[in-house]
Amino acid sequence: MPNMTPNKTPMPSQDPKVRAHNFLEVSQGYTEEMAQEEAQRCLNCKHRPCVSGCPVHIQIPDFIAQVAAGDYAAAYDIISESSNLPAVCGRVCPQENQCEKLCVRGKKGEPVGIGRLERFVADYHNAQPVTGAQKPESNGHKVAVVGSGPSGLTCAGDLAKLGYEVTVFEALHLAGGVLVYGIPEFRLPKDIVQKEVDNLAALGVKIETNMVIGKVLSIDELMEDYGFEAVFIGSGAGLPRFMNIPGENLCGVYSANEFLTRTNLMKAYKHNALTPIMHAKKVAVVGGGNVAMDAARSALRIGAEKVFIMYRRSEEELPARREEVHHAKEEGVEFMMLTNPVEILGNDEDFVKAIKCEKMELGEPDASGRRRPVRVPDSAFTLDVDCVIMAIGTSPNPLIKSTTEGLETKPWGGIIADENGRTTREGVFAGGDAVTGAATVILAMGEGKTAAKAIDEYIKSKE
Amino acid sequence: MYQIVEKRPLSRNITLMQIEAPLIAKKAQPGQFVILRATKDGERIPLTISGTDTSRGTVCIIFQIVGATTRQLNTLEEGDCLADFAGPLGKPTEIEGLKKVCVVGGGVGCAIALPIAQKLHENGCEVHSIVGFRNKDLLILEDEFTACSDKYIIMTDDGSYGTKGVVTVPLKELIESGEQYDMVIAIGPLMMMKFVVETTRPFGVPTTVSMNPIMIDGTGMCGGCRLTVGGETKFACVDGPDFDGFKVDFDEAMKRTAMYRKFEKHAYESTCNLLNKEVQ
Repeated sequence: MPNMTPNKTPMPSQDPKVRAHNFLEVSQGYTEEMAQEEAQRCLNCKHRPCVSGCPVHIQIPDFIAQVAAGDYAAAYDIISESSNLPAVCGRVCPQENQCEKLCVRGKKGEPVGIGRLERFVADYHNAQPVTGAQKPESNGHKVAVVGSGPSGLTCAGDLAKLGYEVTVFEALHLAGGVLVYGIPEFRLPKDIVQKEVDNLAALGVKIETNMVIGKVLSIDELMEDYGFEAVFIGSGAGLPRFMNIPGENLCGVYSANEFLTRTNLMKAYKHNALTPIMHAKKVAVVGGGNVAMDAARSALRIGAEKVFIMYRRSEEELPARREEVHHAKEEGVEFMMLTNPVEILGNDEDFVKAIKCEKMELGEPDASGRRRPVRVPDSAFTLDVDCVIMAIGTSPNPLIKSTTEGLETKPWGGIIADENGRTTREGVFAGGDAVTGAATVILAMGEGKTAAKAIDEYIKSKE
Repeated sequence: MYQIVEKRPLSRNITLMQIEAPLIAKKAQPGQFVILRATKDGERIPLTISGTDTSRGTVCIIFQIVGATTRQLNTLEEGDCLADFAGPLGKPTEIEGLKKVCVVGGGVGCAIALPIAQKLHENGCEVHSIVGFRNKDLLILEDEFTACSDKYIIMTDDGSYGTKGVVTVPLKELIESGEQYDMVIAIGPLMMMKFVVETTRPFGVPTTVSMNPIMIDGTGMCGGCRLTVGGETKFACVDGPDFDGFKVDFDEAMKRTAMYRKFEKHAYESTCNLLNKEVQ
């Protein structure tokens, strides 16, 4: 008999008052009992709407059935058939817009906590003694992967399993891409990312850090001089956008990328870190996505007394995961909706002292289908802050495009690729944010997977 | 990886290191830079490349000991390895087609100016070099500049060597005496570059400056190194580090560079304390 409780089994989490001052993980994960209880809420329905909502089509009811039966290893195997990073996706996927959105249980009450169960299965697996992934026999073909974020790691893993000799090139000193520089420790502990990277290494994937492809080696050199038969570009969307309003270059104005990189990658929050960060007291974060939530909650944790999220639409349109918004509010982040900054004001030394904003109201729907924000006349007001973080999106980095002849991009910088990841250059594939612009971990992973399949077909077709 | 194959002091507080990094050595052009971390858990800092030796596969860096990280870097010896060394980053200095150039270097900026002067000289360009230092003890690379310069003028603040005064004095004299420079390339402290630009502007001599703001990734990802150039925001790491000196907002750049001064002082002092403890 399924468990017909209308609500999800609650997720244990750190007290908001305590966690607002530490970088430990907020959600602590289900126990076995909780996982079983939640798994029994799944109706195992015939038409499986959840599966179609998953970008990588994990066989969700099957793995949940195994959780209910207590066979977590079998559950892990089912997830692994479709996903390479379950411990990551269980934590950062926007489930409410994907699998859980379509769950039948969601019609009367809350959907099954699919993400929470995925996380439980992955964490259970990771807690077991390492069995040691087997390095598959080499098929003698070399593939280069540029970027070690979700799309690159996935593509590399899938190709390695097929016997390819894969080398991943990472520009920073640590592998993981946005998983290590962007998403904070309290939402995605870095040892989980490291574990995924280690798993790849066990499969025989070589990871070369400090390699800025496009500078130290070009795509052409990788293919002509180093013998890589195909290249996958998963270089992400690293270029931060600014609003182009007066005062944006004052001291104390950060892009979210910079603020998060200092905090996460460079561990500026630690007492003895050599990388500095501003310990601001009142912080305005501009934007409404996950990155904005991450920046706001990081600012709180390094000592801000007040943190404001400024978003030009209403709460309903916030693109962030609902859980992040909920957590941010619990921790004391203040949400100023329908608010648009127009100027940042500085003191005599050019440090931020205030932000000037206008109120907005929602008009007719725009091209994105969301109601367009329109400024309210004479609504300007000024708020005292000493730090402003711009989290209004990123664009693909032009570094590779500018050094690879014949690699075409869209006007906004996204690499042009077909549905299999093929770019306009033979043997060169691309996926993730470098193609789509800033999106989600799971979509990037899906594209890495698709490209791996296409690369395999491409190389086989040449034999 | 990234082994220090040579280390020697150039002056009291300036050190030269040759780092084994064959791929970077092969690609680097004058004006480009690297990002390095001296040790694991260290800070990422940008340093401009002072030269390369492709046969040995080494990259030369010259740095002044100014903060916690450069101090930490200076504790490493020949045979030690740097934790990380990535590059070559930024755009090379554009020197194609130049026939007569005045290179102006200030302090440790001379280490960056040198490879540019050498390359110009190699290309058959007439090179006039003006270098400035606080005093004789801080002078570096005298022989190297002499070898690649058709004119070489040394200025010191206190007159302990060369001529007493600032670099803009001989620069103005040379321009007024009728020297027709295709370009002036200035590399040094922001204040010096600002005054070089103010000197050349009335004469309309194109002036390139090399900016060295605070950076993290060096690939355009963080935007921390942004500058206002001709009213537009530019990222020094990918759009530069060289810019048209007439267009750079130096006052803003100076303020942004000072952003973490308090933190840096604290970090520097605690590194000193830590090192002192180790010595004791």
